[in-house]
Amino acid sequence: MEFSELIRTGQAQAELLRGPEAPPLRGTLCVTGHHLLLSPGPQATPDLWLLLLRSVDSIEKRVAGDSGTITLRCKDLRVLQLDIEGVEATLNIARSIEALSSLESVITSFPFFYRPKGLRLGDAWHFHPPERYYKRVARETNAWRLSEANEDFSLCPSYPRAVIVPRAVDDDALARSARFRQGGRFPVLSYHHAPSRTVLLRSSQPLTGPQKRRCAEDEALLRAVLAGSRPGARGFIVDTRSAQTAKQARMTGGGTEAKAAYLGWKRLHRPLERGRPLQESFVHLVEACGDLEQSMDHWLSRLAGCRWLAHVKEALSTACLAAQGMEREGACILVHGAEGTDSTLLVTSLAQLILDPSSRTMAGFQELVEREWIQAGHPFQLRCAHSAFSHAHPKHEAPTFLLFLDCVWQLGRQFPLSLEFGEGMLLALFDHAYASPFGTFLCNSEQERCLCEVRTRTHSLWSGLNQLKEQRKLRNPLYVPNPLALWPSVEPQSLRLWQGLFLRWTRPPEPSEAAWEKVWQIVTDQEKTEGSQPTVSASEPQL
Amino acid sequence: MEHIRTPKVENVRLVDRISSKKAALGTLYLTATHVIFVENAPDTRKETWILHSQISTIEKQATTATGCPLLIRCKNFQLLQLIIPQERDCHDVYLSLVRLARPVKYEELYCFSFNPKLDKEEREQGWMLIDLGEEYRRMGLPNNYWQLSDVNRDYRVCDSYPTDLYVPRSATAHIIVGSSKFRSRRRFPALSYYYRENHASICRSSQPLSGFSARCLEDEQMLQAIRKANPGSDFIYVVDTRPKLNAMANRAAGKGYENEDNYSNIKFQFIGIENIHVMRNSLQKMLEVCELKSPSMSDFLWGLENSGWLRHIKAILDAGIFIAKAVSEEGASVLVHCSDGWDRTAQVCSVASLLLDPHYRTLKGFMVLIEKDWISFGHKFNHRYGNLDGDPKEISPVIDQFIECVWQLMEQFPCAFEFNERFLIHIQHHIYSCQFGNFLCNSQKERQELKIQERTHSSWAHLWKNRADYLNPLFRADHSQTRGALRLPTAPCSFTHKFWSGMYNRFEKGLQPRQSVTDYLMAVKEESQQLEEELAALGERLEKIQKVQLNRTEVKSNKQCEPSKHSGFSTSDNSTANTPQDYSGNVKSFPSRSPSQGDEDSALILTQDNLKSSDPDLSANSDQESGVEDLSCRSPSGGERAPSEDSGKDRDSDEAVFLTA
Repeated sequence: MEFSELIRTGQAQAELLRGPEAPPLRGTLCVTGHHLLLSPGPQATPDLWLLLLRSVDSIEKRVAGDSGTITLRCKDLRVLQLDIEGVEATLNIARSIEALSSLESVITSFPFFYRPKGLRLGDAWHFHPPERYYKRVARETNAWRLSEANEDFSLCPSYPRAVIVPRAVDDDALARSARFRQGGRFPVLSYHHAPSRTVLLRSSQPLTGPQKRRCAEDEALLRAVLAGSRPGARGFIVDTRSAQTAKQARMTGGGTEAKAAYLGWKRLHRPLERGRPLQESFVHLVEACGDLEQSMDHWLSRLAGCRWLAHVKEALSTACLAAQGMEREGACILVHGAEGTDSTLLVTSLAQLILDPSSRTMAGFQELVEREWIQAGHPFQLRCAHSAFSHAHPKHEAPTFLLFLDCVWQLGRQFPLSLEFGEGMLLALFDHAYASPFGTFLCNSEQERCLCEVRTRTHSLWSGLNQLKEQRKLRNPLYVPNPLALWPSVEPQSLRLWQGLFLRWTRPPEPSEAAWEKVWQIVTDQEKTEGSQPTVSASEPQL
Repeated sequence: MEHIRTPKVENVRLVDRISSKKAALGTLYLTATHVIFVENAPDTRKETWILHSQISTIEKQATTATGCPLLIRCKNFQLLQLIIPQERDCHDVYLSLVRLARPVKYEELYCFSFNPKLDKEEREQGWMLIDLGEEYRRMGLPNNYWQLSDVNRDYRVCDSYPTDLYVPRSATAHIIVGSSKFRSRRRFPALSYYYRENHASICRSSQPLSGFSARCLEDEQMLQAIRKANPGSDFIYVVDTRPKLNAMANRAAGKGYENEDNYSNIKFQFIGIENIHVMRNSLQKMLEVCELKSPSMSDFLWGLENSGWLRHIKAILDAGIFIAKAVSEEGASVLVHCSDGWDRTAQVCSVASLLLDPHYRTLKGFMVLIEKDWISFGHKFNHRYGNLDGDPKEISPVIDQFIECVWQLMEQFPCAFEFNERFLIHIQHHIYSCQFGNFLCNSQKERQELKIQERTHSSWAHLWKNRADYLNPLFRADHSQTRGALRLPTAPCSFTHKFWSGMYNRFEKGLQPRQSVTDYLMAVKEESQQLEEELAALGERLEKIQKVQLNRTEVKSNKQCEPSKHSGFSTSDNSTANTPQDYSGNVKSFPSRSPSQGDEDSALILTQDNLKSSDPDLSANSDQESGVEDLSCRSPSGGERAPSEDSGKDRDSDEAVFLTA
């Protein structure tokens, strides 16, 4: 397929309005295969304005007289307005953007063409996978092994090639357990908490069905988990559905662990919102945030009505419960919902952030996102196909990953010194998950990424973010390593709307930028004086 | 003290506000000035001090098997629930506190007995710290347009105004006196703030006694004089901060608002801020929301909306913004009034001044602002904050709202203020504490008659002495955004207003961020300063050594000098020490084997706690000092609620067996 077939008008004269805070831009508008360009005129070529077409969420066109207006609502929640000369040009450009921004093919997407200076293809692709994490686990306990039973993705298409499983369970047993779990997602290790010698596991729901089927290997797997933990350890299964929903799932072949079958394991139900209701919550919140004229009362009822903060509260509480079960009760925790690719990952990744100081570093957090979201098979392509502005009826879209980022932001607000990365990192991850020149968030699973050769043909976001020039934007200058668990407050008084994301384009950025600069200045001043001191004392001779 | 029926009750339990199962056993003491609860726990002996003047309500609840519950609500939003074993003791404590919390004469207040061991001279100097005369000179007064008037000498014209007032030069004594007779409580238009850059000014008064048709030539001349004092504009705004309906209702009582037809070149404007009764009820409702046990997110947000509190805060801010823009952008002078001109008018004038003048955003400038627009212009501190026993309908959180407005602005402009949140909280505390004389009485005249300055200490001096605790490390005095008037967004929208849990939930440390950016940055700053000094000293030493060594040949190998690394904030990372809350929402889920496990962590909180304030009351009460609070008690999803697990029907997953096994 040629992009040129989709580009109906090469260029037109246009004016771009970027909201109340930025000055308008005039120039020549141009549509390319992946970008919308606005060149402000021959004399000012460096000030080229560029928009990745992939980041357009919805497009609206209006024509009046001999000109037209296109409103672009982007996946990063920005709203742009283009005033274009010529009715024909407007319609053509709108149609081109519509066609190009909704291309489904992965291998023609921009990451496969993006070749930035200073980065090498293939860099940073191998520095996070489960093998690396297993090395750490192996140092702490030998009850676990790295299994390559899924080498050809036959056991579970949404798992990576290697997973960490109890040493006592062989690959045949894994295969049987996989057949007993939806999508083949048998219980695997997510996190080993060395101080309490307990583990966090994740899986999908067991396929008990209406006949309440059982699977000896699956049961043995969970028994082996307890046996490999500290002596006398109990287990908790945190089901992210309500008891009612879990029970109903039997009708469609799913279900939940029967108590008699899994000795030592106790089940807890913590219903978390997912799928369409979560997407609608996101859409309503963004709608409310776009209405600048509303009264105080109207705003508070809409904030309550969209329930986004309630979802944040529930997600954090459930993650805290799982973390508390390990750290305080010395219990092993298995988390699953239905498919085990959404709310399950939300809970396991947040629990690690609460418990594990190393996941709060810049590198550790990237590793966490890579291991617990990307490698763990969160279907990014389906979930992030559209953001909050799409008029299309949501099919598979859900902002689960955004909910995770919001929870991390809340954690960072309550413990402002304990995360090495700052709000900028979370914003970058949100932007890139929805539309990115990098390949990291492409596809729905490791298997798909292998098929598309993502690793060899696109650049990794991590190598992009780890460039020195990005650090000031992404790092938290206040970071002081904190060896303790972070127990956040989940009371409504303690949770706030993430203004930095939801109001990013509506509030003036200057005040917070000024504050950020100042924080950096204070901290780097200190580093300077600290750095210079030893040089002097080192040159001081002994008398 | 004759009012104390029982000075000491033992075996009293202090109930944790959230989980009623937790209670600390201890002894309750009543003194002349404080209620003190001392816990029995030998390692901590935690003390809780409550000033009598902070007590807002005392409620004796029905006796239960465990004892007699007593609920004490404080004006600084602390809530204390005590259980006293004997009903009679409880009654005695109750009757004593009811009397102690409602003094009938000023002499009973704490400030008359408070003695911070300062000599007479120091005390007098303390009172001279804030000088309004100097403040008006700083504004550039007197000048060609404004002069100091002695018309109110000995409070002859208006007894709730100060004696020293600035009025337009062209306003003669005759005009002023005439105008005062046409204004409620004779509060005639006088200068609140003069904007040097363009001669525009903010003046304040009470409502005119216009009724349905009355007019007053002198009052019209007075407004004209104000207009003429600003050569840059041919009109003035008259801002009535009341809702139009309220203002119209006042006409029937012979009061009301200015008729545009009678005054030349005025633009009249209503800005609907509700009256003190609405505000009192609103706060009450909001505090009820804060007291909810494990509310859901929607319970909280709906409750917050229902209280209307943030709507009122926004109305005050919007009024301030309107005036600041009229002055700075249109160059027009503004006359502000409400009914009596001492509540809403004070709020709005001070918010506008704060927006316009960076001086008021400094520590000292903020004190000056409160002194000018609140204390000197006769805000009725005694009535509003119930220092003496009085009409409960007069009580209203008027200055609390102003303080919150400042906090909302601080959140929006993190670099614009020299002071931090703690400063605001401590000022709020002292407005109610009656520990200092500044906020006593209803007017300057009353304070003078009571000889406040000779008999009490000034809170400004006290706050100034501890100013290091109140600095905002992010303050950038020289930044383009913070110089001059604050640049506000064209459409002030509702999103920017947040619930201030740092104030209204400040005694629940578990709800607050566990690490303080302010304290951390201050420590970093302090340390880099120390290091720089050390560096300079070492540099000097090095120079000396090099001189000495000109004669020596051999330089011995260097020894690494131990750098005083992170002395300032080595503890700050420990401040994260906290214990998990009850996230289970299900009492049975974790039959906890670990109540003791949390204690080592809470001990960390105790030791690292930096006693910021030198003030005994604040250190015992306010948020950053009460480090002994146990954080492990909040139940996020309702401990009372039925367990959400498998509510019985799904027999095969009811796992209570495993718990007991």
